[in-house]
Amino acid sequence: MLQIKDLHASVEDKSILRGINLEVKAGEVHAIMGPNGSGKSTLASVIAGKEEYEVEKGEILLNGEDLEDLAAEDRAHKGIFLSFQYPVEIPGVSVTNFIKTAINSTRKAKGLADMPAKDMLKMIREKSEMLEIDRKFLSRSLNVGFSGGEKKRNEIFQMAMLEPKLAILDETDSGLDIDALRIVANGVNKLKSKDNAVVLITHYQRLLDYIKPDFVHVLYNGRIVKSGGPELAHELEEKGYDWIKEEVDA
Amino acid sequence: MSKYTEDDLREELKTKEYEYGFFTDIESETFPIGLNEDIVRAISKKKEEPEWMTEWRLEAFKVWKAMEEPDWANVNYTKPDFQAIAYYSAPVAVDPNKTLDDVDPDLLAMYKKLGISVDEQKKMNNVAMDIVVDSVSVATTFKKTLAEKGIIFMPISEAIQEHPELVRKYIGTIVPTTDNFYAALNSAVFSDGSFCYIPKGVKCPMELSTYFRINQGGTGQFERTLLVADEGSYVSYLEGCTAPSRDENQLHAAVVELIALDDAEIKYSTVQNWYPGNAEGLGGVYNFVTKRGLCEKNAKISWTQVETGSAVTWKYPSCILKGDNSVGEFYSIAVTNNHQQADTGTKMIHLGKNTKSTIISKGISAGKSQNSYRGLVHVSARAENARNFSQCDSLLMGNECGAHTFPYIEAKNKSAMIEHEATTSKIGEDQIFYCNQRGIDTEKAIALIVNGFSKDVLNKLPMEFAVEAQKLLEISLEGSVG
Repeated sequence: MLQIKDLHASVEDKSILRGINLEVKAGEVHAIMGPNGSGKSTLASVIAGKEEYEVEKGEILLNGEDLEDLAAEDRAHKGIFLSFQYPVEIPGVSVTNFIKTAINSTRKAKGLADMPAKDMLKMIREKSEMLEIDRKFLSRSLNVGFSGGEKKRNEIFQMAMLEPKLAILDETDSGLDIDALRIVANGVNKLKSKDNAVVLITHYQRLLDYIKPDFVHVLYNGRIVKSGGPELAHELEEKGYDWIKEEVDA
Repeated sequence: MSKYTEDDLREELKTKEYEYGFFTDIESETFPIGLNEDIVRAISKKKEEPEWMTEWRLEAFKVWKAMEEPDWANVNYTKPDFQAIAYYSAPVAVDPNKTLDDVDPDLLAMYKKLGISVDEQKKMNNVAMDIVVDSVSVATTFKKTLAEKGIIFMPISEAIQEHPELVRKYIGTIVPTTDNFYAALNSAVFSDGSFCYIPKGVKCPMELSTYFRINQGGTGQFERTLLVADEGSYVSYLEGCTAPSRDENQLHAAVVELIALDDAEIKYSTVQNWYPGNAEGLGGVYNFVTKRGLCEKNAKISWTQVETGSAVTWKYPSCILKGDNSVGEFYSIAVTNNHQQADTGTKMIHLGKNTKSTIISKGISAGKSQNSYRGLVHVSARAENARNFSQCDSLLMGNECGAHTFPYIEAKNKSAMIEHEATTSKIGEDQIFYCNQRGIDTEKAIALIVNGFSKDVLNKLPMEFAVEAQKLLEISLEGSVG
């Protein structure tokens, strides 16, 4: 589904990604871990098509198609979803109105008519129940005055509504208490299927107790320096990142 | 990969062209340019006005000649040459008995381009149209339904002849001829506008609408609106306008007077989209408007305005809360782009006891524009327990525009409660990217953010008007984005 080949990217002339290679197949869950400043969030932003990041070399393919010339919204239409580490506030725009606009924009890009209100309502009801989201929450302005947990739950709600092919969750576990973490993780687990893929970007092993990854990659200094199974995450939890750094720097 | 930085946002906003910039070729009869007593008399004669009206105009003209154009507003422009303007222009061959179907096909085509075709309007439920094109009304509908309720809704020129007692009693009582430079000018030369009277206890069953347009090149338009809601009555009045593209500046100096007698309520909604000039700031309408309402006991006046057009706007719809327990409201969205300048706000004059006012102003600035809110809350010595709440929010797009807030508060009674809140925010790249990532393109994202920002005011507009206003906001800011 996702193929990243020798990806180099920079922001404001500062090189951050220095040759990433990654392949994510449908049905898989990948975790990308690494110390602060290793380039995890940059990788997520570059895949999603954020403007400030310059791709200097390499390519990102989604189902074989090069994403280079596609704007962020076009990538979204093709099924890429990014759960933001810091979701932005949009005052006066309700959660419902926002997701409605997002869904219909994607439908329009595919040449479909707006989703009938009845279907939209049904879907909103189902997905909000799954994520234990209160009906009142849906009428609030997007992320305005939301707690950390509400913001992340809202991200996963949008993911549930948009049904992406590739979901990248950037530090979705940060700022969540244990109950919120469980709800969010349950949601992600329910949305997982053999046709989609999930990339978890996380600093800690904690989230991986709830969402089981098939592969764990360690990002350090803009490169994936180690890959393995779920056991690698445990090892990192136990030993920290220093031994990896030593291995790489040696 | 399409870039989207602050610079791009600014670039895109810059290149927005005026969507309604076209000119309809309608034969017009236009007076020679310039202004003197003879022209004032000629306008009055053309309108077959009674002598008192002619005298009233001449008095106003005398006052105006002695006045100077004000320059305290936060706007810069070349002052119009008042001797270079034609003061009267009417589409020829107007027949007041015309039905909508008889309206000039060119006009109909024009309305169609604007998305407000007369055909469409006719089908609209409960909206009576008194369409003003170049100073003279060419079509009036629903007159009968209104007549059954005793409601008078007609061009003011007709009202002067058919209901002189009402017009004479109220005209100039709220905005006197001596009020200000533009009001005096308007009083001298106004050629048309609307008159509306709602009898005692009558709730007007439909929204009253007027569409104004400037059509003839170089013609200043001086509309005069007088709306009287008698005791215990209710009316919702909608005013909307768009104007075609023009190179020279066009002057628009309207006067609107509202009178809400005891227990009456007037809702006055405006969508204003005069030609704002091109991207370099050339052309565009000067909109110098005086709007004021008087509330008697327990009466209420709400002004709601969506201002997207004009090169220069100078406009302060105000309420004189004379009666005890009366209520004044001002809800405003002002959008400026390119080189537009707007200095707009309201005056709430609390004279009666227990009077209340609410001000919600949303300013959106883009391009190199300047957007100022100027508001006065005055509480007189005998206005016990007066209350005001003001909220002024500004939204900036790009780094070259300006937002300014000038709140004036004069409280002469200790029991007054006055609250003022103000915020300034900016549409950020992060907001745009967040929307993009959800599949929403930049154009739509800006629309979404702007509409969200304006929601509190849009909600105050009647439904069908709110949709049109939303569309206008999008057109004003997005045109060629994407």
